[in-house]
Amino acid sequence: MTGRAAWPALPALILLFVFFLFPVVRMLGFSLEGGTLEWYAKALGEGLYLRVMWNTFEIALLVSLLCLLLGYPLGFLIATTTPGWATMGFIFVLLPLWTSVLVRTYAWMVLLGRNGVFNRLLMDAGITSDPIPMLHNFTGVLIGMVHVLLPYMVLPIYGAVRRVDPAVVAAAAGLGASNWRIFWRIYIPLTLNGIFAGCVLVFVLSLGFFITPALLGGGRVIMIAVLIEQQVREALNWPFAAALSAVLLVATFAVYALAQRFTQPEART
Amino acid sequence: MKGKPLSRRLLIVAGALIYLFLMLPILVVFPISLSSAPYLQFPPPGLSWQWYERYLDDPQWIDATWRSLYIGGATAVLALLLGVPLAFSLVRGRYFGRVLVDRLALAPIIVPTIILSVAVYGVFAKLKLIGAWYGLVLAHTVLALPFVVLVMTAGLRDFDRSLEQAAEGLGASRWRTLSRVTLPLLRPSLVSAGLLAFISSFDEVVVALFLAGANMTLPKKMFDNILMEIDPTIASVSVIQILLVTVVMVLIGRFGRGLRDSAR
Repeated sequence: MTGRAAWPALPALILLFVFFLFPVVRMLGFSLEGGTLEWYAKALGEGLYLRVMWNTFEIALLVSLLCLLLGYPLGFLIATTTPGWATMGFIFVLLPLWTSVLVRTYAWMVLLGRNGVFNRLLMDAGITSDPIPMLHNFTGVLIGMVHVLLPYMVLPIYGAVRRVDPAVVAAAAGLGASNWRIFWRIYIPLTLNGIFAGCVLVFVLSLGFFITPALLGGGRVIMIAVLIEQQVREALNWPFAAALSAVLLVATFAVYALAQRFTQPEART
Repeated sequence: MKGKPLSRRLLIVAGALIYLFLMLPILVVFPISLSSAPYLQFPPPGLSWQWYERYLDDPQWIDATWRSLYIGGATAVLALLLGVPLAFSLVRGRYFGRVLVDRLALAPIIVPTIILSVAVYGVFAKLKLIGAWYGLVLAHTVLALPFVVLVMTAGLRDFDRSLEQAAEGLGASRWRTLSRVTLPLLRPSLVSAGLLAFISSFDEVVVALFLAGANMTLPKKMFDNILMEIDPTIASVSVIQILLVTVVMVLIGRFGRGLRDSAR
């Protein structure tokens, strides 16, 4: 760390070392207490905890797919509309992004609950006689997480669609390609980087999600972050919480490392 | 709409439905916060300010709000004080280990917050810092630093350095160049970075859940209330929070680097 203009970084580095790097490394050290790997064996071997890992993975995958399904049309629409509409489109993607996750989670509880808005409407319309369970289960967690993470999908896809050369699209249209064909043969291949970046981001963020599963899962949908919190605050089992954290951390970094390998150099930012 | 092909019209309809999904939770809290019903009921039977009064009359809520405001403010100041020099060194420095510093500075947004929370909780419990407002500020600064670094490095990369050279060529000292030329030109980035850091702390709940102890921040108080009962007071707090975020967004749009620039 010698040479030109290294010193202005020093105060921030001290903060990061003392309040980030050191605490994390210290905690991860607990997982090896006694010099054995027993806590890792428990995390990755016992059925109950394996189930949590699988749950987390499954939810992260589903959330990524759903976000892609909803995020592509939105990113595409904003990128291909007039500047005025695009600004409006941006505001209504960023407003939810910036609204507290708690506010949104609370709102979903109001909407999805047993006596919530949706069930009331469905029952009043005579579509169902008993409330449909949408809260405190898998569905509720999925809806809440897709809502929180959708903007993270829209932004990279918007960027990718913007980078598609309009001349290529015009050429295809001039040669008689239908809109549908232009979409599948030009836009999709040329925006694969954005799709990939969005999916990786949403997937990784999903893995460590805490608030939404904790509140909308109602204790029935346990994801790894919720399990870590329980182990620290209720079971006071630091070594096990540390082993779980290590697993989560390794999974997170592995996905990022894979993503870096598969991303073309020019698309890296 | 006339003249647009069918596929485009279908896309617009799909987009409208997705926007409805995005905005619905934000919109639904407004009528609920104004409900005259004694408990959660939708649609509200009548209008009243009772839930806002309940919020304003409860010292716990007001306390938590003030605490979140000053912790957010202190976090923004500290994150700027540390993050701006860091960004300068990352963009303009040429030294061994710079890439590593860059990775470390952005790591707090990659590492899941639950891990950071639990880890810092372990250290703070030893140091008896649980419940101390400045402890929360330090942890929130770690989380806000990546936002400041991202916005400031983007601002610095677009910066025209010939303006600095002109100032120095005219005899200005390095310090004078920095304070009279560089920083004023970077003001939009500074505004965005500071406001983002503030909001990231003001909305933060996971770290606060572990470190705040009995000294509630607004998000922690909301989390506890939501966990226990769905009382429409939360709806009124939510509306206040949505309005605050909207004000901050307008401020960034007006005085900061454009929202679209920082989205890139």
